[in-house]
Amino acid sequence: MKQQTTSSVVCTVCGCCCDHLEVTVQDNKIINAKNACAMSSSKLLGYMNERLMQPMIRGKNGFSNCSYEKAIDVTARTLARSRSPLFYGWSLTSCEAIEVGVELAEETGGFIDNTTSTCHGPMILGVHEIGESSCTLGEIRHRADVVVYWGSNPVHAHPLHMSRYTVMSKGRFRRSRSERKMIVIDVRRTDTAKMADIFVQMEPNKDYELLSALRAAVRGDEIEQEEVAGVSVDRIEELAEIMINCEFGALFFGLGLTMSAGKNKNLDAALSLVRELNSKTKFVIMPMRGHFNVNGANNVMTWLTGYPYALDFTQGFPRYNPGETSAVDLLARSECDSSLVVASDPISNFPHQAASNLASIPLITIDPHTTPTTMCSDVVLPSAHVGIETGGTIYRMDGVVLETRTLVKPPKGVKSDVEILSAILRRLKSIRRLG
Amino acid sequence: MSSIQVTLLTGRSLSQGRSKEQGKLSDFYHRSVACCEIGAEDLSKIGASHGENVRVITEHGSVVVKAILPTQALPQGVVFMPYSLWATQVSGSDTDGSGMPSYKGTPATVQPAKDESILSLEELVRRSFGKKERRKSAAGR
Amino acid sequence: MTTELAIVNGTVFDPLNQTGGEKQDIFIRDGKIVNSVRRKARTINASGMVVMPGGVDIHSHIAGSKVNSGRLLRPEDHRKDVEPRTKHTLSGVGHSVPSTRTTGYRYTRMGYTTVFEPATPPLKTRHTHEELNATPIIDKACFPLLGNNWFVMEYLRDGKIEECAAYVAWMLKATKGYAIKIVDPGGVEVWGWGKFLRGLDDTVAHFDITPREIVRGLCKVNKILNLPHPIHVHTNNLGNPGNYLTTIETMDAVRDLDDGKKPIIHITHVQFTGFSGSSWLNLGSGAPEIADYINKHGHVSVDLGQVIFGDTTTMTADGPFQYFLHKLSGNKWVNVDVEAETGSGIVPFQYKRGNYVNAIQWGIGLELALLVKDPWRVFMTTDHPNGGPFTAYPKVIAWLMSSKAREKTMSKINRTAKKRLDLPGIDREYTLEEISTVTRAAPAKSLGLTNKGHLGVGADADVAIYDLDPSKRDLEQNPIAIRRAFKEAAYTIKDGMIMSKKGQITGTRLGRTFYVESTISSELESNLLKEINSKFKDYYTIEIDNYPIAESFLHNPSKISCKAEV
Repeated sequence: MKQQTTSSVVCTVCGCCCDHLEVTVQDNKIINAKNACAMSSSKLLGYMNERLMQPMIRGKNGFSNCSYEKAIDVTARTLARSRSPLFYGWSLTSCEAIEVGVELAEETGGFIDNTTSTCHGPMILGVHEIGESSCTLGEIRHRADVVVYWGSNPVHAHPLHMSRYTVMSKGRFRRSRSERKMIVIDVRRTDTAKMADIFVQMEPNKDYELLSALRAAVRGDEIEQEEVAGVSVDRIEELAEIMINCEFGALFFGLGLTMSAGKNKNLDAALSLVRELNSKTKFVIMPMRGHFNVNGANNVMTWLTGYPYALDFTQGFPRYNPGETSAVDLLARSECDSSLVVASDPISNFPHQAASNLASIPLITIDPHTTPTTMCSDVVLPSAHVGIETGGTIYRMDGVVLETRTLVKPPKGVKSDVEILSAILRRLKSIRRLG
Repeated sequence: MSSIQVTLLTGRSLSQGRSKEQGKLSDFYHRSVACCEIGAEDLSKIGASHGENVRVITEHGSVVVKAILPTQALPQGVVFMPYSLWATQVSGSDTDGSGMPSYKGTPATVQPAKDESILSLEELVRRSFGKKERRKSAAGR
Repeated sequence: MTTELAIVNGTVFDPLNQTGGEKQDIFIRDGKIVNSVRRKARTINASGMVVMPGGVDIHSHIAGSKVNSGRLLRPEDHRKDVEPRTKHTLSGVGHSVPSTRTTGYRYTRMGYTTVFEPATPPLKTRHTHEELNATPIIDKACFPLLGNNWFVMEYLRDGKIEECAAYVAWMLKATKGYAIKIVDPGGVEVWGWGKFLRGLDDTVAHFDITPREIVRGLCKVNKILNLPHPIHVHTNNLGNPGNYLTTIETMDAVRDLDDGKKPIIHITHVQFTGFSGSSWLNLGSGAPEIADYINKHGHVSVDLGQVIFGDTTTMTADGPFQYFLHKLSGNKWVNVDVEAETGSGIVPFQYKRGNYVNAIQWGIGLELALLVKDPWRVFMTTDHPNGGPFTAYPKVIAWLMSSKAREKTMSKINRTAKKRLDLPGIDREYTLEEISTVTRAAPAKSLGLTNKGHLGVGADADVAIYDLDPSKRDLEQNPIAIRRAFKEAAYTIKDGMIMSKKGQITGTRLGRTFYVESTISSELESNLLKEINSKFKDYYTIEIDNYPIAESFLHNPSKISCKAEV
C-alpha cells in the first residue's frame, strides 16, 4: 500500500505538545516521524510494543481474556458496589474522556484525581494564594531576553522546549540565541545546565531559602548571611540584577521545585518572586508540565467542578482539599474501596505504601500497554492511544488547546477511552435504575 | 559492610522517558531505570564500582539496583534514581498535607550488594504486591 | 412528536412587538412561538403573572481560559457556595465564578435563556467552546478579541481595509465567533512589555498605529462585513479617574461613519469608564456627560457594568488595568498574555458601601441607566463577574424600578459619595416594559438575533414567567417583591420545554452555540490565505492547520450568515 504523510501532527508525549510533526503511515503503521524529538519518536515508532489486545478479568488462576461487554459489566458492578471509589490518572488521555471520568466520579459519589497531585499540584496550591503572572509560549519566543530554568531539565524531559519556545527559538523581537540570556538553577550540573550562560548550583532542599533571598535582593533588602543554599550572596544579588534589568524575563520550573522540601511553599515563593519582579519589569512564570494533557485534566475538572484535581464527590457536591482528598493520601489512609485507573501507572509511580494499598482493593485499569498497574489489576481494558489511534483535545503547558488526530486505526477491536468510559457510565446507570 | 548516608533524588532521565514509551517490560526500560547514579567518590567509599549492584535503603523500604556513574554531574552525597517502581520502593507516602509525596531529597543509605540480584519488573511486582495479588485471586474477585 | 404548550392569562411584555403589559396568550409548538395550539395542549395559567421573552445577556464572562483561571484562583469563593446534585442537575460550585453547569442552571432559574461570552482570545477559543459545550440549557456565543491582534494592527497601519475585513471574516470563521470585540485597543500589546498606553492617539510601539485608528478601522470592517452586532468596545483607560472623556472620545471617533441605520459602536460596561475627576479623592460620576452624548447621538449603544456591593472576581482582557487593580487592592493576581493577540488579568475584589470610590462606581451605573432616554440603547449588565455576579441582576432591576430601593441602599453608602452623585435627585423609575427592553428585547436586537428577545410568531420559544402582578399594587413601592420575582422565575421555558419551575430546575438540554459567518469574495479569501500562511509561523507557536475550529467542535452549532461588501 502506498505511503501517506500527514503534517501538522500534534505530539502526545510531554507538555510541549509540539504540533509540527510530519508522520508517514503505511499499511496502518507509522513508519516515519519527522521533526519529532527522541521521546516522541520513541512513542510514534514504538506504540505497538507490549500492547494490551483484549480485556482481561482476574480469576482464581490469574487473568483470562473476555469481551469488552463483560469487562465493562464487571467494572460497573464493582463501582456500583463501592462507597468510595477513586478515579485516577487522566493526564494521558483526551479532554473528552476526562469529562466522562468526572461524571463517573459524580455518579458514584467517589473521588477523582489526576497526576497533578504528584507532580505540579504544589504549584496550583501556590496559585490559590498568590496568583500567577504568565503568558502563552509565543510571548516568550517573541520577547524574552532572560530565561531561567529552575529545577527543570528540558534537554531530558522537554527536548524541543528551547528550540521551539525559548532560548534557541526565533521571535519577532529576539531573533537569535545571542539576544537572550539563559540561567539554570539546579542541584546538579545537568545537560541543560551545560548550555546555560549562567549555571547556579544550589544545595538540595533549599529552594525556599534561595527564592526568599532572591526576593529580598530584588526588593533591595540587605541579606545578612554570606551564602544561602550554597550560593554566595554576591551571586544572588547578581542574579537579581539580571532579572530586574531585563526587558522580559521567563522563569520555567520543574519538579525540582515541587517535590523537594517546602513543596507548595517553594511555589508560593517562586510565584511571589515573579509577581514582585513585575513592579520593576515584565516577568512571567510557567510550570514545565510533564504529560501532554495534565493541563487538560486540570482545566476540565476546574470548569466542571471548580477545582483542578483531588476532588471528592462523597458529599454530593465537589469538595477539594489536597493533602486530604489527593490520591496518595487517600490510599495511604486506605480510604478508597475500589479504583479505576485511566492511562496512568500509579503502582509504579506512587510511594510504596500507597501503591500497596491500591493493589489490595478492587482495581480496574484502562491503558494501551502492560504496566505494573495492569499486572496488579482485577479488570484490564485495553485502550487506543490519543493522538495516534484516536483523536481528542489536549492542553499545552501554557493553556493553548490543540486537537489531536487519528493517524492509524487501533489494534483490532481496541476501543478509545471515551468509548470505554461512556459504556461504563451507561452500564452503571442502568444497574442503578434496575436496583 | 561499609555504607554511606546520602540524599536521594528521583527524576526524569532521557532514557527513562524514551524507554517507557517502548514498553515497561523491555530490557531497555529495565536497564534505564533499575539503577542509581552515584558519584565516583561515593562509590569508592563503599567499595563498589560502576556496574555493580547496590542496596538503597530509606525509612520506607529498600531496593537493589545497579550503581552507575552519573550521566549528569552529581554533588557528593547526592544520588539519583530515575522514576520507576524501583525508586518508589524507597519513597514515602507522607505528603505533609500537600498531596505531594517527597520524591526528591529523601535521606538514604547506600551499601554494596554485589551478590544480590536485581529483580525483573514482573518479579518486583510480585514481590511488592504479590501477597495481595494471591489474596485477590483466591477471593475470586 | 409535537410538543405544544399554551401560556394563558398572563400579562405580556414584548416590546419588539409593541406589547407593553397587555393580557395575551402565548402558544408554542416544537420550540417556536405559533399562532395557536390544540385544546389538549399542556397549559400554564399565568394569571396574575408577568410573561416576558427569556432574558438575553449581551456581556457575561462565563467561559474560556480566563474564566477558568478565575475559578482556579478562588477555591475559597467556591467553598461558600455549593450546588448539590439533584434529580435533574449535576453538582457544582461558585459564587462569583461558577462552574459551567451551575452557570447554566442559575441563569435558567432567573428566566435568562441566552448568554454571550464577550471576550475570547482567538488562539484559545477552542477552550471557550469546550466550556460553552458544557454549559447546559442556555443558548450562547462568544466574541473573539481583535483589538490588539498583530495582523489587524498591521493591515490597518498599511491602510489595507479590505484585506483587514477579509482577515476578520476568516477569524470569525476560524474561531466560530460572533462579533468583533475590542479591549483596550493597542494597550494590551504594549502591556506585553509591561508598559502602559496613555491615550487614544498614543502610538503602539513597533506597530505604528494608534487606538483611535484601530477602533475606526474595525468599525469600517464591521460595516464591510455586514455583521449583525456593532463593534463591541471596552475602551482604553479603564479604571482611571477622568476616563469618561476617553469614553466620549471613543464614541466620537467613529461618529462620521454613522449611516443612521443602527448603532455602529457598542461601549461595554460603561460604568468602569465613566469616572470624572482627576484622582481617587475627587472621583466623580461622568454618567451625566456620557448619557448626554448618548442621548444626542444615535450611533452608540452601551451596557452598564453595574457594581454590586460584596465580594466578586474581576476578570478582563485588559491586562494592564488588572495589574493596576492588583497593586491598588493588594489582592492576588493572575495575568496571561496571549501571543500576537491579546491578554487577560484576574483579581478578586470587594466593593464596599463605605468606600468612597466604590460608592461612586455604584452610582455611575444607575445614573447612566436612568439618564439615558432610549431604553433600546442601554442594556442591563454587571459585566459578570466584574461588577458583581449575574445572580445579583434582580437587585439591579429593583434599583432601576424603585427609587425607594435606591434610597435604601444610598442611606448606607459613603456619605461624601452620596453628596457628590446626582443619583439622589433622580426619581425616574423604570417600568416593566423598559425592564423587558433593557434585559431582553434591546440586547437581542443589538445582537441581530431575530428569533430572540420577543414573543412574535416564529420566535424561539424562550419564555420567562415571573410571579409579579403589576395590576395589584405599585411595584416600585415593593422592591422586595420585584427582587423575589426576578430571582426565581415562576417558569423558565427554553425552546418550548419547561426547564425551571419556581427556582427548581426540572429538565436539561443542550442550548445552541451561535456564530457568524460573513462571506467574502473567493479572490479576496485566497489572497488572504496566501498572506496569512506566509506569516503564521512567524507569529504563532502552532501550525495554521491547527488553528481553525471546525463546526463539529461545537455541540449544537447555529450559524448566522451574512454577506460582505467585498
